[in-house]
Amino acid sequence: MTHHAPDQDSRTLSAHFARGFGLAYTGLMRALEPPFAAIQKRVGIKGMAYVFVAPNMIIFSVFVALPMILNIWYALTGSNRLMIGERPFVGLDNFSALLDCKDYLDVNSCKQDRFWRAVHNSVLFVALQVTAMVALSLVTALILNGKLRARGFFRAVFFFPVLLSPVVVALIWKWILQRDGLLNALLLSSGGERVAFLHDASWSFFWTVFVSVWAHMGFYALILLAGLQAIPADLYEAAEMDGTPKWRVFWRITVPLLLPTLLVVVILSLIRAVQAFDEIYVLTGGGPGTATQFIVQYIYETAFANQVHLLGLAAAASLLVAVVLMVLTLLQLRISYHGKTS
Amino acid sequence: MFKQLKTITGGLMALCMPVAAMMAATNTAKAADPTEVRIMWYSDGNEGDVMRDLLDRFEKQNPDIKVMLDRVPYKTVVEQLPALLDSGQGPDLARVTDLGGLSRHYLDLRPHLKNAKYFDDNFASSLPWFRPATGNKDGIYGVMSQLALTLPLVNTTLFQQAGIPLPGPKATWDDWAKASKAVADKVKAPYPMAFDRSGHRISGMSISMGGKFIDGDKPALVDAGFKSGMKNLVDWHANGTMSKALWGSVGGTTYRGATEEFANAQVVFYMSGTWQFTQFAKTVAKNFEWQAVANPCGPAACTGMPGGAALVPIKATKNPQAVARVVEYFASEPVYEEYHARTLFLPAHAGLAKKGINYVTDDANVKKSLAIAVEQVAQTSPIAFKFQGYEHNRILFNAMISRVNQAISGEMSLDDAYTRMQADIVEGFAAKGIKLQ
Repeated sequence: MTHHAPDQDSRTLSAHFARGFGLAYTGLMRALEPPFAAIQKRVGIKGMAYVFVAPNMIIFSVFVALPMILNIWYALTGSNRLMIGERPFVGLDNFSALLDCKDYLDVNSCKQDRFWRAVHNSVLFVALQVTAMVALSLVTALILNGKLRARGFFRAVFFFPVLLSPVVVALIWKWILQRDGLLNALLLSSGGERVAFLHDASWSFFWTVFVSVWAHMGFYALILLAGLQAIPADLYEAAEMDGTPKWRVFWRITVPLLLPTLLVVVILSLIRAVQAFDEIYVLTGGGPGTATQFIVQYIYETAFANQVHLLGLAAAASLLVAVVLMVLTLLQLRISYHGKTS
Repeated sequence: MFKQLKTITGGLMALCMPVAAMMAATNTAKAADPTEVRIMWYSDGNEGDVMRDLLDRFEKQNPDIKVMLDRVPYKTVVEQLPALLDSGQGPDLARVTDLGGLSRHYLDLRPHLKNAKYFDDNFASSLPWFRPATGNKDGIYGVMSQLALTLPLVNTTLFQQAGIPLPGPKATWDDWAKASKAVADKVKAPYPMAFDRSGHRISGMSISMGGKFIDGDKPALVDAGFKSGMKNLVDWHANGTMSKALWGSVGGTTYRGATEEFANAQVVFYMSGTWQFTQFAKTVAKNFEWQAVANPCGPAACTGMPGGAALVPIKATKNPQAVARVVEYFASEPVYEEYHARTLFLPAHAGLAKKGINYVTDDANVKKSLAIAVEQVAQTSPIAFKFQGYEHNRILFNAMISRVNQAISGEMSLDDAYTRMQADIVEGFAAKGIKLQ
């Protein structure tokens, strides 16, 4: 009776497994060869590309293209029924209801005032959030790119909120900001007065911007950090030898060379800001009143949360948002293309 | 190559044999499988556990039926169930609160019940609430699983600590608002008055103030009575009797209760309802004394809104007979009595309401509250019952909640809010294919 060492046994087992797998794979490929050869004979060598792409296209059609077409159809039909066959065709009525305004700057003059309140809120949110996001991400990236003790640790710290679920982010901040939350407890213990952080319209809006920036800044800072590290170090060395002041180095070397990355960050954060929903919905529920109700929440509530589901109106609003996002995406593609060619 | 193919084929066959054996076993088992009945169920308190216990007994008595109780959050019933039903899917039975709004999906159980007369005799007052406008005029489309009534719950310990007596049974809304504010100021409670953020809760007050809500089969929301009720809400938020931290903390039609705040003794007067008794028996326990009180009066009435939840059969079910047997079992007097005794709910069963239910509780606060609630059902305004049975009442609830909230937060005046409410109602009816103007 012979005794093998355990590692020798496992090596033998692995070798058997590899051989078995190899045989099965070769056999399978050979078994598939005749049907594929027959297909190739029928569709030609060029047609085979379509055959191989077909599974992916079927998945794309079912899960992306079909819902898009359905969304367009919902936007052109009325009633609160879900089934398409039960929905009467209303043409562009949903779009004209959404766009029916005497003065687009005065939401009270609009037929769908909630839609326009959401649009106004979203525009203000995008302007404030994107500005703050880009500025703070840039500052963070510049600091993290410098000579900093425990740089790796700080990079992880700034990136950590990105890993959190938006619901978790919102719940953490709700716990801090609510009436009996951590921030008010600190204020009271230091002799201050309680502040209605989530129930005052202005405060509430401020915190939606703040929390959103806090949660996503790490991601954009990381992109900018990669951009900063791609700038050749010899340019900085030459500037240092010439005795160029630091602010001049920043404006003449860092900013121009970082510009393509910066533009990508602006566009990405812009798209994300237009889509803002989850963390804000959990944090403020769109309140107080409609002070923090943004466009995606309007679409969600119109379609699903209200007792009468106005699916057509919500679909029409979502198409209008899609147009805005498409323009922004094209802009990003153009910038990326321009960046590559230049 | 032939040898390799043979090996692969052999391997595949060897793999397939156990699978085939399992499938055969499954098919054999299937033949003896009991009929499955699925119930979508949400709970406010312990009713899910009680129901499961009762269903376990039903399954023992009826081995040919297996009842799956799918417990879901209330939000799922409100937001997802309608979409499921519209798409022809969903459970066999569901526990719903939008009794009229979903009625086109209900199954008329009358042809499937062994004793339909029992339902006519004992559930006559609530059966019309489920009947679809185009359905069978004497159809049995469900059974109440809980008769509820909106009424105020008061923290009596805070009143005692403040040295302020409870307003009497005929006290007005104004009396209660003043007393609650005085108590809160004295004991430093943050929320003198709190209302669940629900159209149902504020409707009772508006009916007491003279609101009519409907005129025939048409909505008639904005009248002098309704305006008085809404003005109360806005004024109380402005003068600190109600806190924006509750109503103002969310937007749209989102529900927001104050159960946590009440259980933490932060609320003096909480406008909620009978379904909270079980929960507070558990969460408040002996921490402080509380009780339900009579609905405050307005110039027209002293009423709350009836309502509650019902167990409704869904038209798309493939097993109407089994569904009818489950409903018949649940509605049978001993089971229905036990369910209500253990859940501390008010019964919608005429016989039991007359006989009285021996509730399973030692909690003095709950006992006192249940006695008040039974009295209050008898004093509920007929307008409130009619409005509860109105198929489109949710359209009105949504309009009033979202728009009055905008007035409370200062986004628009109350007059503008009324105009918007009317527009929302017209839009909601239009979506249901009903033209109002």
